[in-house]
Amino acid sequence: MTDMNDEERQLVDSLAEMREDEALPLANKMLLVDNKDPIRVLELCRTAMDLVGKRFEEGEYFLPELVLAGEMLETIGAIAKPLIKSKPGEEPKKLGKVLIGTVHGDLHDIGKNIVTFMLDINGFEVKDIGIDVPVQTFIEEIAKFQPDVVGLSGFLTLAFDSMKETIDAIAAAGLRDKVKIMIGGGQIDETVRNYTGADAFGVNAVEAVALSKAWMGVAA
Amino acid sequence: MTAEAPVQTAEAKAAYDTRWKRVMDCVELRQPDRMPVAMLATFWLAKYGNISHRQLMYDYEKTAEIATRAVLEFEPDIHAPFILAIATGNALEAMDFKQLQWPGHGVGEDHPYQYLDREYMKADEYDEFLFDPTGFYLQKYLPRVAGCFEGIDELPMWPGLHYFRLVGAMRAFAKPSVKAAFEKLVKAGEEAERLANHHAAFTAKMAALGHPGSYVSTAVSPYDYIADYFRGARGMMTDLFRNKDKLLQLLDKARQFLTKMTINASRASGNPVVFIPIHWAPDAFMSDKQFREFWWPPFRQMLVDLIEAGVIPMPLWEADCTKRLEIIKDIPPGKCIYWFERTDMVKAFEVLGDVVALRGNLSPSMMTTGTPQEVDAAVKHLVDNVWNKGGKLILDCAFGIPDETPIENVRAMFGAARKYAG
Repeated sequence: MTDMNDEERQLVDSLAEMREDEALPLANKMLLVDNKDPIRVLELCRTAMDLVGKRFEEGEYFLPELVLAGEMLETIGAIAKPLIKSKPGEEPKKLGKVLIGTVHGDLHDIGKNIVTFMLDINGFEVKDIGIDVPVQTFIEEIAKFQPDVVGLSGFLTLAFDSMKETIDAIAAAGLRDKVKIMIGGGQIDETVRNYTGADAFGVNAVEAVALSKAWMGVAA
Repeated sequence: MTAEAPVQTAEAKAAYDTRWKRVMDCVELRQPDRMPVAMLATFWLAKYGNISHRQLMYDYEKTAEIATRAVLEFEPDIHAPFILAIATGNALEAMDFKQLQWPGHGVGEDHPYQYLDREYMKADEYDEFLFDPTGFYLQKYLPRVAGCFEGIDELPMWPGLHYFRLVGAMRAFAKPSVKAAFEKLVKAGEEAERLANHHAAFTAKMAALGHPGSYVSTAVSPYDYIADYFRGARGMMTDLFRNKDKLLQLLDKARQFLTKMTINASRASGNPVVFIPIHWAPDAFMSDKQFREFWWPPFRQMLVDLIEAGVIPMPLWEADCTKRLEIIKDIPPGKCIYWFERTDMVKAFEVLGDVVALRGNLSPSMMTTGTPQEVDAAVKHLVDNVWNKGGKLILDCAFGIPDETPIENVRAMFGAARKYAG
């Protein structure tokens, strides 16, 4: 976004540089005092998040910045979204749909939440179905949500078998050809990918975004 | 459980001393007679003994029997304190422990226990914790993490009470909620004592059979202590920005009491090695700048103070910490065991070979889904590229034996160690 005035640029910079004390009052003022178009404010937020994502990819930012950025975006979104008088069809087009969840037996969600956030700010419609997700729930959600990509998350070694069972069941339900499946988590590597029959694995949220973009035919 | 300690024969003592020396040679960067192999397992013992995860956590005798069988079959140079680390079900239940879900108690009977990442201390409670850590524990923290402490928060704030004021303050002990708490605490204490006695009996039996324990007491880095057990992942990561100064103060304060606690626990246990699982150091979790500012300085000081007190710290650097190697190298040489989970061991040896003993790190995916031939090759790789090049390596899996590991793969691991490195 290049056509920004000074105040808009200040919002983008303060968000991208983690200056929360500056960013939130400014966003509040723009939305509630100046009655600025909430869609414009959210676009500015997205521009800032693009910068955050880029810095994460380049190894300048790490998990703490992603988490804080996510919280700032959530706070501004909660004020801005009710102010939008949207007309149907005006929402920006999404790159694709991703269904994500932690496989059964595993309660970990930190990594999954970061991946969900990164996919979201990169333009994907993401449905997060939580932790300890039974195989059958994945099948039902795939049938209902019709995702392009399914992300299976797991931190424990028991997740290897849970992922394999989930992917086998997706195949048995006749849904395997309709989705690309990526897996991720602390212990996941190529050996596990091969064992589970997933299409790919990623070691971090950037890789999850890159995989999803590649499968949607979008340049990373 | 027998009351009498088993007798250690001269032959068993020699075997015990040889095994322990092998490990201490590594710590002190001397060449041992052969590569030591360590055994840590949690729920893998359930697979080995063909019982449920729940039974392993609750049945002291059965767990001791299976652990004994495993130690006698594989003959590791050092083994984990299996009873203390695994058979905690009764003690956790007596405490009404809330930070963990364990088999039959939040997770399935054949699932491992899992920690609940929550905000156990709120962002606006830093001042209270900093002002009076003990008061904060009694008034706020303990009742949040275990039901047996509910009611304790009705006791008065002790600092300030004096003379006849103390007489009045005693009334708190007559409150029904406080009395009920004390009854629950006594029961929880008795169960914890049973657990400790079973642990002591197992350790004594193993020693009598010639097998030393790897460690008894555990510790935590100041950063991980606050992140994991107080603020939770999300809270801690935002505190780096929102509560930076107070966090730095608390890290320093926590370092001081964690160091004292660790030295006391190590001395009481009779084993100088202290196991320190490290959660928040991985390359991917924070920037180099954040690591150098928040994570490393209090932990480094803690390591130095522990070493000065005669403790042998054994941090387990979880996940991949390759980018941290040059930083964590800055400790007195020949005093620690650095256990790596996913950091490339060859790289770790290149950077740290003249500073610390290394422990690890056969890959969990290979151990659980691979063949014995693949395990053999992985051990040979570590022997060829670390041990034979002078690395003081204590062979182990990445984080102990993964729960699902086929038994033949564990046999392959121990067999290959003896085949390729003595």
